[in-house]
Amino acid sequence: MSKTPPVTDWTSDYDFFDPDYIKDPAPVWEELRGKCPIAHTERWGGSWMPTNYEDMQAFVRMVPELSSRNVMLVSPPKSDEFDAELAEYGSSAPPITSDPPEHIPMRRLILPLFTPKAVEGYRPFTEQLCHELIDGFIDQGSCDAALDYAVHIPAKTIAYIIGVDGDRTDEFVGWVRGLVEQGMQDPAKLIHYRHTIREFFAELVDARKAKPKDDLISNLLSQEINGQPIARKAVIAMCDLLLVAGIDTTWSSIGSALWHFAMNPGDRRRMAAEPELFPTAIEELLRFYSPVTMARVATEEIHVGDVTFKPGDKVLLNFPAANRDPEVFEDADKVVLDRQKNRHIAFGIGSHRCAGSNLARMEMDAALRIWFERIPEFELTDPDAVTWAGGQVRGPRHLPFRF
Amino acid sequence: MRVRVISDKCEGHNRCCALAPELFDVDDYGIATALNDGEVPAELEAQAKLAVENCPEYAIEVVGE
Repeated sequence: MSKTPPVTDWTSDYDFFDPDYIKDPAPVWEELRGKCPIAHTERWGGSWMPTNYEDMQAFVRMVPELSSRNVMLVSPPKSDEFDAELAEYGSSAPPITSDPPEHIPMRRLILPLFTPKAVEGYRPFTEQLCHELIDGFIDQGSCDAALDYAVHIPAKTIAYIIGVDGDRTDEFVGWVRGLVEQGMQDPAKLIHYRHTIREFFAELVDARKAKPKDDLISNLLSQEINGQPIARKAVIAMCDLLLVAGIDTTWSSIGSALWHFAMNPGDRRRMAAEPELFPTAIEELLRFYSPVTMARVATEEIHVGDVTFKPGDKVLLNFPAANRDPEVFEDADKVVLDRQKNRHIAFGIGSHRCAGSNLARMEMDAALRIWFERIPEFELTDPDAVTWAGGQVRGPRHLPFRF
Repeated sequence: MRVRVISDKCEGHNRCCALAPELFDVDDYGIATALNDGEVPAELEAQAKLAVENCPEYAIEVVGE
């Protein structure tokens, strides 16, 4: 992992891997909003970072001038495999990295699998899983809420939905962390884990082709776009995306929520006493601890105020910063469990709105309700032992709790 | 009270459906519609307001108020 010098000027030299920024990015956003509000850096390949809600709403709609062909904060190194895929179906991980005209037809393949009704069908699996996880540690009076609880909920649920072996989820988590958390700062790891995930799904896709099952892979293989079956590589890439997008993200949201309640006993007691607040509380925790930042690439010169994006420039869609914008949210830097006005964009916005948002919401709801039912009183054993991952996806990775 | 979904603004966040399931439904692609022609019974007015004020696309409006 490469070390970089400390930041002295966040407006012109920000570093989204700065350890203090990962721990608590909000003070930096506040400073930038007052000063720029679109910051720039040459670090990690260079990028622009807007921090205002209004800018984010505008930039997501600049399609295709701001292309989704590369959504990672740090661009993966060029490789023949990557370029060949781009040429074959216009995207390396459809639909998240797709632009028009390929984007919508690809997206429409997966959206019906994640409607509110469809995800309610997965709820019994997720709820049973939450109970089993808690059964595993409740008698010992302590656990790592990130590693013993939060991570397993999205990992095992998405494995169940895709139709892959639930016993291998520790491996999946390792791959996804390798790609999303370590791969950004270590390109060799990114390529390695990407390859591992794709090889895994290639084998599975071929098996389902030979013998379909009642699962997501077989469903994708049976669908068509413009009368043509979906290319094998596109199905593999979509499975890759669902696994990668479905684990770190919701793990982070569940973990951040539990961290919040451990750090704020007043909110914890209120949540335990007033479960009818869950619907607004979940949206509020999604707003306050939004985990995901995405990137876009300018395909032409774009002028925004006195800033000019040149073709090839990367622009970060910092949804977490937008969700703390005091112009849009009253008491933006406070968690208000019954917040009534909350147009947060934790799941992004525009034509690339997170396709799995209903699933994430259901998983968070099940995870928190069952936790509070069974463990209404809990605290951190050592707040300093908490660690955070950041960059593309921000959330706690160690949460030592006692109860 | 009546509500309306402006369908070309709706991008499928499904927040209305999550916060006011008695008042909104969504299709396979997440696009919302108001149930019962948008008619809101008095006891659900608070939920209707919540749906309006939580839509990130500003796609729900109160009609004729």
